[in-house]
Amino acid sequence: MPTIVIIGAGPAGMRAAETISRAGLVPILIDEAPRAGGQGYRTPASGISIDTHKLMGSQSKKYQQLHHDFLSIVSSIDYRPETLVWAIENNTLFTLSHNTIATIQFDCLIVASGATDRVYPMPGWTLPGVFTLGGMQLSLKDQGCAIGKKVVLFGSSPLLPLVALQYKNLGVEIAAICDTTGFAGKISALPSMVFSPGTFLRGLSYLASLTLSRTPLFFGVKPLSIEGDHRVRGIRFLTGSGQEKWIECDGVGLGYGLKPETQIADLAGAVFEPDEDLGLWLPRMDQDGRAGKNLYLAGDGAAIGGADAAEASGKLAALAALSSLGVYCDAKQQTRLQNTVRRLRAFQRGLARAFAPPQQFAETLADETVICRCEAIHAGTIRKALALSHTPPEMNRVKAITRCGMGRCQGRMCAPALQAMIIHHANQSLAQTGRLRGQAPIKPIPLSAAGETAP
Amino acid sequence: MDKQALLHRVVSRQGSIVPFTFDGETLEGYSGETILTAILCERAVLRQLEFSTEMRAGFCLMAACQDCWVWTRDGLRLRACSTPLSHGLDLLSTPPIMSEA
Ligand code: FES
Repeated sequence: MPTIVIIGAGPAGMRAAETISRAGLVPILIDEAPRAGGQGYRTPASGISIDTHKLMGSQSKKYQQLHHDFLSIVSSIDYRPETLVWAIENNTLFTLSHNTIATIQFDCLIVASGATDRVYPMPGWTLPGVFTLGGMQLSLKDQGCAIGKKVVLFGSSPLLPLVALQYKNLGVEIAAICDTTGFAGKISALPSMVFSPGTFLRGLSYLASLTLSRTPLFFGVKPLSIEGDHRVRGIRFLTGSGQEKWIECDGVGLGYGLKPETQIADLAGAVFEPDEDLGLWLPRMDQDGRAGKNLYLAGDGAAIGGADAAEASGKLAALAALSSLGVYCDAKQQTRLQNTVRRLRAFQRGLARAFAPPQQFAETLADETVICRCEAIHAGTIRKALALSHTPPEMNRVKAITRCGMGRCQGRMCAPALQAMIIHHANQSLAQTGRLRGQAPIKPIPLSAAGETAP
Repeated sequence: MDKQALLHRVVSRQGSIVPFTFDGETLEGYSGETILTAILCERAVLRQLEFSTEMRAGFCLMAACQDCWVWTRDGLRLRACSTPLSHGLDLLSTPPIMSEA
């Protein structure tokens, strides 16, 4: 029997596993988290009583269905939670679980690695009390904790009002929602919104219910600084009309949309192309998610499409993998899924355009702003390196000179900022700017694990 | 170190109380919580950055930024946002052996 390995147990990986299991094969499903669901559909930790229905609103039916379906097959697959894939060589995966290193040989690989927040620095963004928007949501959904008593949400994302509402419903004061994009940008993105008006309307209704309950909403803001002495005390920004505003708060959620976690696809040999429109390097794949021989990509880790697209693309990748292995597949179902994925990803593209990160950010960022959180490298250091460079600057060269992106997060947090600074400095395209490559180990491995190998 | 909590429990807990220590002080969390949650419900800081005097308390909460490392007294490095709290953990905000990579 061929070994099909799926990496990531979010909606895409869960549906892929289910599809393969229903075809009579036993896939290996590897996930770093202890519980399935990914970041968006994660179930709360045990003992923490969260009303997920209330928290997730209209999404809660899909969430429940996904977990219900997964529960019905989980005993007939090889599910390995709390396991990190940290390297891939030829057809071998290197994993780490509970401090033990092991290898897995595979015939076919489906990568459903999900996404993380795309963040841009501002002075003070490393202060305790500042979290990513996704992290702020996870703290609530997974741990039943709020990141503060009086919170500001800042950035450009359709999730800003959604997360604000979730916090508000649990009694947390939302001091402000600050959107760096204006209304105009959202209107111009409308043509592609019509692909999935339901989602768009849902977003608007969140906005409406916040407005009704008098939460201060600011559009077209410019970040100035997050301030505090060892923890957040408040945030300073310019309003859309250029007025300076200071808002006291003890927690800040920062987010400028999502960015795929592509390190595993990178190690598995996917080819990447610049998407100048979204400002992201994305893996090249066909409409089934095929990115190489026996390599398939699904979910937000391949292209941001949201949870519904993740479920559909997970099924699609599994069907394509099965048919390449000679297992019968329903072509009609495949076509249907292809259409769904295409439609949903087009909608997300529209959203990403409407909530584009502020382009002027790189110019105005103060020299003493930390860009690389891991090694505390400042904007000024990067500017100096750029000014000294004689050739058109490229990500990996700037990384080598400044160490920005070389830290233990492998540039997950600083790459968007570094990229924006280089593009702005050299006035060049994303294609010319290049990208930071995923390198093994894709996440730090404890030294103590190095010597131990599972039988 | 700032003793005012950074995080706040806003839903009820059914889990049992789990005692642990952080920099020598006895604290309590709940089963089901991560180390990060348990510490930050009592304190405002997880650690001091090795490269400066900056204080840090995690950022992504999804095992990506690596900005939430703490150490056990016997030198094991733990990523606080993705490691479940367990009974009697003896945690430190700085590595006990400075040579730890
Ligand atoms: S908070 Fe980012 S890895 Fe733990």
